[in-house]
Amino acid sequence: MPALIKDGTISENTWHLISKDTDLSEAIENRGNQIMVHISLWQEHKDELAASSKNIAVWLDSDDDAYDLASDVGDLPLIAVNFPVFKDGRSFSNAAILRQRMSFKGELRAIGDVLRDQMFYMKKCGINSFELSDAIDAEEALAAFTDFADNYQSTVEDPAPLFRRR
Amino acid sequence: MYIYDAYDKQMLEDRITQFRDQTRRFLAGELSEEQFLPLRLQNGLYIQRLAPMLRVAIPYGCLSSVQLRKLASIARDYDKGYAHFSTRQNIQYNWPVLEQVPELLAELADVEMHAIQTSGNCIRNTTTDQFAGVAVGEIEDSRPWCEIIRQWSTFHPEFAYLPRKFKIAVCGTPNDQAATQVHDIGLYIKKNAEGEIGFQVLVGGGLGRTPVIGAQICDFLPWKHLLTYLDAIMRVYNRFGRRDNKYKARIKILVKAIGADAFREKVEAEWQHDKDGQATLTEEEVNRCKGFFADPDYEEHIDKDASVETHAGTDLLFSHWLERNVTNHKKPGYRIVTLCLKETGVATGDLTDGQMDFVANLADKFSFGEVRVTHVQNLVLTDVRLKDLYELFQACKQESLATPYVGLLNDMVCCPGGDFCSLANAKSIPIAESIQRRFEDFERQKNIGDITLNISGCMNACGHHHVGNIGILGVDKKGAEFYQVTLGGSADRQTAIGKVLGPSFAQEDMPDVIEKIIDVYLNNREDGENFLNTYKRIGIEPYKESVYASAD
Ligand code: SF4
Repeated sequence: MPALIKDGTISENTWHLISKDTDLSEAIENRGNQIMVHISLWQEHKDELAASSKNIAVWLDSDDDAYDLASDVGDLPLIAVNFPVFKDGRSFSNAAILRQRMSFKGELRAIGDVLRDQMFYMKKCGINSFELSDAIDAEEALAAFTDFADNYQSTVEDPAPLFRRR
Repeated sequence: MYIYDAYDKQMLEDRITQFRDQTRRFLAGELSEEQFLPLRLQNGLYIQRLAPMLRVAIPYGCLSSVQLRKLASIARDYDKGYAHFSTRQNIQYNWPVLEQVPELLAELADVEMHAIQTSGNCIRNTTTDQFAGVAVGEIEDSRPWCEIIRQWSTFHPEFAYLPRKFKIAVCGTPNDQAATQVHDIGLYIKKNAEGEIGFQVLVGGGLGRTPVIGAQICDFLPWKHLLTYLDAIMRVYNRFGRRDNKYKARIKILVKAIGADAFREKVEAEWQHDKDGQATLTEEEVNRCKGFFADPDYEEHIDKDASVETHAGTDLLFSHWLERNVTNHKKPGYRIVTLCLKETGVATGDLTDGQMDFVANLADKFSFGEVRVTHVQNLVLTDVRLKDLYELFQACKQESLATPYVGLLNDMVCCPGGDFCSLANAKSIPIAESIQRRFEDFERQKNIGDITLNISGCMNACGHHHVGNIGILGVDKKGAEFYQVTLGGSADRQTAIGKVLGPSFAQEDMPDVIEKIIDVYLNNREDGENFLNTYKRIGIEPYKESVYASAD
């Protein structure tokens, strides 16, 4: 399992990522108890997945629409947003939408090509867990959260922009 | 000018620490070339043809003399003694060494300057009219609004990895010298019937491969909604802008593809959530920002000064300079002076360290210690007393900064082109120079009158060639450098994209081609008509006939 940082500490990673092209039976047969399925599988087989003995989380690719999860967010313990390549910034918006527009309160995880140098911004957009590739030293990556002492904007983390606090 | 408080300073320091560490990790092999790329770009650092190029932001074109002196000392200590003012109110150094860049950035931070987001796929330096705050008939000073946007766009966590670069211009002057309509977002400050301030919002303007004039998506956005509305536009673009093709990734392509109405609907839908939310601007914040741009201590009762006329009567160059480089000011007794950086034989927009120090001294002596940078690559002293004009002019003459060309043919805009830029198809600086030599004679230029000539070394259009009355674009024809000419562009409130004249020309033919185009104008103009208006009246055909007939 890739290393995980959750709520600012290195944590055990217990969720299995089920790839996009996996079908329902294969997904359910996965050894893991906790599985993250792609939104398309979730939408198609919500009932079957819910009826299985697994804990289910959903992941969104960067070209998926977070608004499509509007009716589900209350039930999901974890939603992951994928960064297929770090340059693809769409998942920053999907993360913010899940938190701001849908008031998603569960774990919001960044998966994929997650760079240490993006984690500060990700956290501001409401992401609270980070799946790290082997190339990243998790201990060192923790420092990313203190890259900046403050920020100007209204963000998921601090809805009051700096000008209201200055 | 805006002055940093503890928050602004801290953020800048944090950024330098962060970039120092990123550079260290890159040099140690912990970050790949590919991973380091967007990080260095967002700190203004390109790898160019000859060396790295560092682009430093001059927020909305405003500089203090202290800052300008620092830019001069950096040119001296880290570069080859000069720097280049770009068409985006930025300044570029062509020879810094990567290892020294964090040090250089720390020096900039000492004077509250930086290279943050001057390149890369993020929100870039916000630009405005260089006469903001002093223009006659101004609707509202754009600088406080630019500063508000600067802060909002700096390190915006959601919009640092956009499909492509993103440029915003704000204009509150009647003439629009900011090329507002060819920006990703163009904001015209307006007043409604009740006298309240708001913004006309245009989106999807831009130059480059596909030149487009921005489409209006909001006629009047009340000022307090500025940031929530910008957030909504950015979110729509970040989510739906194309990412599969670099050349189709700008917001203009998205707006074209779905149409301005559909784009507006998406923005409005997104905006409804945040409208009146926490990011809504407060009067307190706007007033705080406006406070930094209050008028300096202007003297009263100095509106008449006989010395100007006396000197103009005896010094011909001074009278030319008065006519071309000096503009009326909102305050009686004061004038706006443009220093033209277009001395023939000097690369357009280049200034030596000595000249920068010199201009800083002029600013201290004559203009409350402030300098503006224009998007047509000149410098401006905004607050010069009438009675100081002649002294200022004489001082400028000594440093080759008194060229009386402003708005004339030789005041051309020119990107660095093939001499420096790795993306270039062709050189641009030698073209500018050969044309300048041909039209060197001031009386001749004066006779031609108001005209803009813009040169870009490739499709990226940093020289804004599409919106020049005459545009020149460097193209690559089987490995040889050729030049395509467009006519009829303009970048003011009546923005127009120029039309291609026809097949491109060899470098050595360019002065002749331009001369023929000018001759067609001179032979056809009707009483006092400028180049653009004659073109609009007679169309492109006569120019085609003249240029291509004799080229055979
Ligand atoms: S227009 Fe092309 S050649 Fe000129 S500076 Fe821009 S990218 Fe370089």
